[in-house]
Amino acid sequence: MTVATDPSIFVRDTGPAVEREVARGILRHGLTALPVAMVLGFMGWGLDGVLSVAFAGALVLANFWVAATLLAWAARTSISLLMGVSLFGFLLRLGAIVGAVMAVRNMSWVAPVPLGATLILAHLGLLFWEARYVSASLAFPGLKPGSEEK
Amino acid sequence: MSALVLAQAAAEAAGVTNKGWAALGYGVGALGPGIGIGYLVGQSVQAMARQPEAAGMVRTTMFLGIAFVEALALIGFVVFFLAGS
Repeated sequence: MTVATDPSIFVRDTGPAVEREVARGILRHGLTALPVAMVLGFMGWGLDGVLSVAFAGALVLANFWVAATLLAWAARTSISLLMGVSLFGFLLRLGAIVGAVMAVRNMSWVAPVPLGATLILAHLGLLFWEARYVSASLAFPGLKPGSEEK
Repeated sequence: MSALVLAQAAAEAAGVTNKGWAALGYGVGALGPGIGIGYLVGQSVQAMARQPEAAGMVRTTMFLGIAFVEALALIGFVVFFLAGS
């Protein structure tokens, strides 16, 4: 009698969804930093600055969350799918950001400089923050507080 | 340098505006991140296939790497947006 083996178990990662953990940390840090950025926007551009910073910050956080959700789902399904989702996910998410910004660009509350600056600085700043403080504990779970309980 | 001047002259003759240049710059700027993400994910998949027990670490690093590469495309878009506004 031969034992049938499911080949899919060799080509998918059934481990924890680490992307969601990273994205959760980014969201936590982002929601902490966003009010400060909104105050800076108010000081420079008034109410328009606040709304533009909030809009760009929300876009960046949503982008991280969607990326993490898509990658976590793809990795659990198939590593080949992970490749496709990474590439086409990049196109789709970039397209969504472009679409969202272009949709509001002519509205009265949009201040281009704080909106653009927040898009770049929030994305890079949150990434550097996350890369420094959270990814090390994910990569080496033994260093994470409370890991011995699991 | 002369090629750049010729290209600019040709663009002026064809009526390409600043917005057109900005859009072209954004398109070219998105090429690099596309290539970068393809290479990054390809290497990550190879690493996961070779060492499945390290998949969590590889995926964490891959996710952060993809996000860093995406920042380049975002910068291209913001330049396009600011130049066009």
